Amino acid sequence: MGRSINRSDKPLTRLKTMALVALGQKKMFTRPIAAFLHLALYVAFVITQIELVEIIADGFSGQHRMFYFSLGSFYVFMVSFIEILTVLAFIATVAFLWRRNMLSIPRFNKTELLGWPKKDANLILIMEIVLIVFILTMNGADEVLYNRGGSHVEYAKGSFGFSISSWLGPLVFDNFTVEALRIFERIGWWGHIGMVFLFLNYLPYSKHLHILLAFPTTYFSNLQAKGKFSHMKSVENEVKLMLDPNADPYLATNATDTPERFGVKDVTDLTWKNLLDAYSCTECGRCTDVCPANITGKALSPRKIMMDTRDRMVEVGELKKGVVDGKSLLGDYISPEEVWACTSCNACVEACPINIDPLSIIIDLRRNLVMEDAAMPSELAGMLTNIENNGAPWQFAQSDRLNWLNEE
Amino acid sequence: MSFKVPTMSEMMASGQSPEILFWVGCAGSFDDRAKKITKALVKILNHCKVNFAVLGAEESCTGDPAKRAGNEFTFQMQAMMNIQVLDGYDVKKIVTACPHCFNTLKNEYPELGGNYEVIHHTQLIQDLINTGKLALEGSQTYKGKKITFHDPCYLGRANDVYEAPRALIEKLDAELVEMKRCKSNGLCCGAGGAQMFKEAEKGIKEINLERTDDALETKSSIIATGCPFCNTMMTDGIKHVNKENEIQVLDIAELIANAAEL
Repeated sequence: MGRSINRSDKPLTRLKTMALVALGQKKMFTRPIAAFLHLALYVAFVITQIELVEIIADGFSGQHRMFYFSLGSFYVFMVSFIEILTVLAFIATVAFLWRRNMLSIPRFNKTELLGWPKKDANLILIMEIVLIVFILTMNGADEVLYNRGGSHVEYAKGSFGFSISSWLGPLVFDNFTVEALRIFERIGWWGHIGMVFLFLNYLPYSKHLHILLAFPTTYFSNLQAKGKFSHMKSVENEVKLMLDPNADPYLATNATDTPERFGVKDVTDLTWKNLLDAYSCTECGRCTDVCPANITGKALSPRKIMMDTRDRMVEVGELKKGVVDGKSLLGDYISPEEVWACTSCNACVEACPINIDPLSIIIDLRRNLVMEDAAMPSELAGMLTNIENNGAPWQFAQSDRLNWLNEE
Repeated sequence: MSFKVPTMSEMMASGQSPEILFWVGCAGSFDDRAKKITKALVKILNHCKVNFAVLGAEESCTGDPAKRAGNEFTFQMQAMMNIQVLDGYDVKKIVTACPHCFNTLKNEYPELGGNYEVIHHTQLIQDLINTGKLALEGSQTYKGKKITFHDPCYLGRANDVYEAPRALIEKLDAELVEMKRCKSNGLCCGAGGAQMFKEAEKGIKEINLERTDDALETKSSIIATGCPFCNTMMTDGIKHVNKENEIQVLDIAELIANAAEL
């Protein structure tokens, strides 16, 4: 699925864009508080993978903290660092849950977020809290076991000296027996890895797929001026035929890239980049928050354009091969009213933290309405007729274009 | 006063070729308000003895509103016809006071074989000042006045031109006050994407009034723009709140021409 579009030029610029925008989260920092909280979650997520490697390796080899002795003080530093990030991530997650559910922030309460999208967002945040509780339970219980000479790491009394669990563990687990601590430590271990696997399975069905797709999405960003709308080669061939009496009449029919239809009616008409964008969108709503049409109460929401594209893509993907359901993105998901409310101001494109481009979809939907169905607001039909007749969007004669020179 | 505005055909007939083509645009040619912007720019060009010409009756719509409205056929027909005219006169460099023409000529004509160096009039005026051809030193016209600049989407976000118009306001010795939404975060005036030519969809507020509120918050006495359509939208917004006697909406070219007493 997805029409072709060339996004393989300038690989170095693309890598740089990906490094700055996806890895460096450059565009997040236009809203510093959210950016800091998001960064805490993001760094914790990435760095915790190091501990996850040990957890998995322990699981396969039947050992306990297999890198503890070989890495020495670096191990203590690493886990301590992870624990601090984990606490920051916990604060961020709670703050996000509170912000999303208790504060009435407009972009989290738009109609397109009602139902599943809101549940999805909360579910992920709750999963993150559970994950954090498990890992701190594991380290905390193990710390107390070590204090009592009961940890599997070595049967002597000692302390790991991790930044958080060395005081949080004794605080929580002081009254527990060694047997109970062993069980809690195992619950922490199994719970953590269980949540990781659950999360990985859930990811493709969730908006949280952005943690992976942000990278290809930013790599394949539009690198040209935002004001440049895509060129339609198929139209060029036909227009050349119309304007040139000596043109080869077979040129258009010989063109290999002649589309089945002009513009976009359904998701199959979109480019692969549009489709990738739809799967990468995490529904943060920064696009909708800055959209002049949405701000002034029009039906258009750039976020909904991306969500509709994804939902329709899923629906088409679930159809049996060869089956057509008679529905389409334009009409069944996105109304012409939404499409016509856009001012093409590029605010949504600018606001997206991962360079998603809702505008290109909106314009391609317009192209379908206008060039396939001649369906447009009547004033626009008049404007287009004027351009064709007298070379201006208003009814003024082309020969009068210099009249201003002699007017007072 | 009389302007010196030769057309390309007159230039060609007398064996001359101008350094730069002034693309007036439909608004600049036909809209009563925008014609004043055209004249202000011509005053500056004449004053600085810029060797320029216009296409006159040979100019036609760039096709921008057609392309934004989704009619690629009309756009490409306009573009191809314009490219024939431009290439016929061997045009290399174009200046325009309309960000929509600017964007289309600069970004969308190359795909159809039209390659020109295209600049916005604020960039040209900045260059005229920087090279000493235009002097504003000591001008009292706007000294100390509060001026806010409304970024045209097709100049700012679409083409990353944010500094030239601001640098010119600074040259006026005026106080540039930014709106809360400015530069890459600027709010559209509501005219782009062919909205200028149709009624807005159903909503709770007109976009130009939302933007007018942003401008009013700055307590500026002048709203500067760099686009004839933004100018119309902001002027309408100011009229809507009955402030047309207190707040002026002026193009950067008009500010400069007034300040230089041209």
